[in-house]
Amino acid sequence: MNWILVPQQFMTGILNGGTLALIALGIVLIYKSSEVFNFAHGHMVMLGAFLVWFFAGGTSQEASGMPFALPFGVAVVAAITVAVLVGLAIERFTLRPMTGQPLLAIILVTLGLAQLLEGTTTLLFGTQPKGFPSPIDSSSVITIEVPPINGQSIVFLDRIILKQVLVVTFIVAIIAAVIFILFFRFTRAGLRMRATSENHELARSVGIKVPRVFGMSWAIAGIIATIGGILLAMVSGVSINLATVALVAFPAILLGGLESFGGAILGGLIVGLVAEMVKASTVIQVRNSAEIAPYVLILIVLIIRPEGLFGRKRIERV
Amino acid sequence: MLKVNNIEVVYSDVILVLRGVTLEVGDGQIVSLLGANGAGKSTTLKAISGLLHSQQGEVTRGSIEFDGQRIDNLTPDDIVQLGIVQVLEGRPLFEHLTVEDNLRTGALFRGVSNAQLKQDLDEVYHFFPRLLEFRNRTSGYLSGGEQQMVVIGRALMAKPKLMLLDEPSLGLAPLLVQNIFRIIEQINAESGVSMLIVEQNANVALQTATYGYVMENGRVVLDGSAEALANNADIKEFYLGIGAGGERKSYRDVKHYKRRKRWLG
Repeated sequence: MNWILVPQQFMTGILNGGTLALIALGIVLIYKSSEVFNFAHGHMVMLGAFLVWFFAGGTSQEASGMPFALPFGVAVVAAITVAVLVGLAIERFTLRPMTGQPLLAIILVTLGLAQLLEGTTTLLFGTQPKGFPSPIDSSSVITIEVPPINGQSIVFLDRIILKQVLVVTFIVAIIAAVIFILFFRFTRAGLRMRATSENHELARSVGIKVPRVFGMSWAIAGIIATIGGILLAMVSGVSINLATVALVAFPAILLGGLESFGGAILGGLIVGLVAEMVKASTVIQVRNSAEIAPYVLILIVLIIRPEGLFGRKRIERV
Repeated sequence: MLKVNNIEVVYSDVILVLRGVTLEVGDGQIVSLLGANGAGKSTTLKAISGLLHSQQGEVTRGSIEFDGQRIDNLTPDDIVQLGIVQVLEGRPLFEHLTVEDNLRTGALFRGVSNAQLKQDLDEVYHFFPRLLEFRNRTSGYLSGGEQQMVVIGRALMAKPKLMLLDEPSLGLAPLLVQNIFRIIEQINAESGVSMLIVEQNANVALQTATYGYVMENGRVVLDGSAEALANNADIKEFYLGIGAGGERKSYRDVKHYKRRKRWLG
């Protein structure tokens, strides 16, 4: 371990992890409510980013073809609205007809959806990566000076450099996650969703409109995905690849446990952290393993705790 | 208030489960539906509450009427809205929710104010004082009897006119069974909720109910006032386990076997 690099990598890792946590939350939401692992979530994230890019009229280098460019904030609202409609449409037209079919078939449908979303996006916006009309300059940084102790540097170059955009995305992601969890925990709609997630037939028997709850889950997943997409795009621009970037949320979920929001958030932070921390290693092979490090970690965690760190344990009375 | 007219239920388009079931529940009445395993009791309840649809079941003939309105094609949530709530077999809970959250789910569809909700909760706690103590516990860890209380309490939160209870005595100790049925009677007397109770425990069911139906092989084979049923020789033998003169029966006993077979035909 190259200790002098650790503080810098630690901070960057945590900040990266925030967005992952938010994206992971969307997948957990769908899984909790309907037991469907949504492989299309990464593509919803990508679509969200493209939508904001489109509504905001693109960038000064490349216009999006939107006749009247909207201010960034309005573009975000417009994109979220579309994402909600897309979420509702997905539930209504692809998943509801599958009710009662084997779970595997439904999960495969989400794989198909992923392709559909990718194809549609390419068709509408082309394959070229775009710049993102980010309200924050991606080159501005926040520098934290760490003075050497007894003439001995504890941090490389005596300072930790944080990209301002990463700090902002982290804060936004955490706020969004907290709002969502409060909603789930304390509102009646949240109770409806929690009940449905436990037992569909039972939820039906107490008069909960289960299809409506599913629709709502997908709509919220659309919102979360779009916010995640915006945050990713602010850091790395808009492209089809965002869907793949969002795939890193999968290890985050498995790590935290498929059914736990808290676990998804923690999982996201850990994955972000691990992917950055390996870069502080002195061994070159480890240093270059940032992409696979989270998966190695999952293997270890799942061997010890098969339900993930915070997975729901089956309640069994003895 | 509830009229089931000669219904036929088919699962997955091929499996005929109910072959003409007719029964009636009057206002404020407790009616019990008896029968062996697989006789179609639970299916009858699910046909009434609309839960058949999610299990690929369908009412193919006959009709179900509630307060003069046909309900056999409504969705479960519409039927709950009308005032029929089913308490499913095996007292299923939202295990990871607290007791109070479980109770609250029962009232969700009514969209009432928080104050009203609080009042309804208090009413449930009046019938089940134990639950007040456990209101913030995770319901999955309660004992069987307490879970049964939660399940009935949750149904009460719907302010139903008719409750469909599927085997409330399942897996409970005799003393607890007595206790649960006493509360059922109390709810019926104080809140005027009609009850249709499916039971294997014919003894306690016939003590509580005023009228009873006996099902075999997907049809009603016998009905009558609870008293008449309790004194019926066949019921005594097949369900209450009291043989004529107290001696045990064997299949070698042709007369007994034929009598039983007549029912199954």
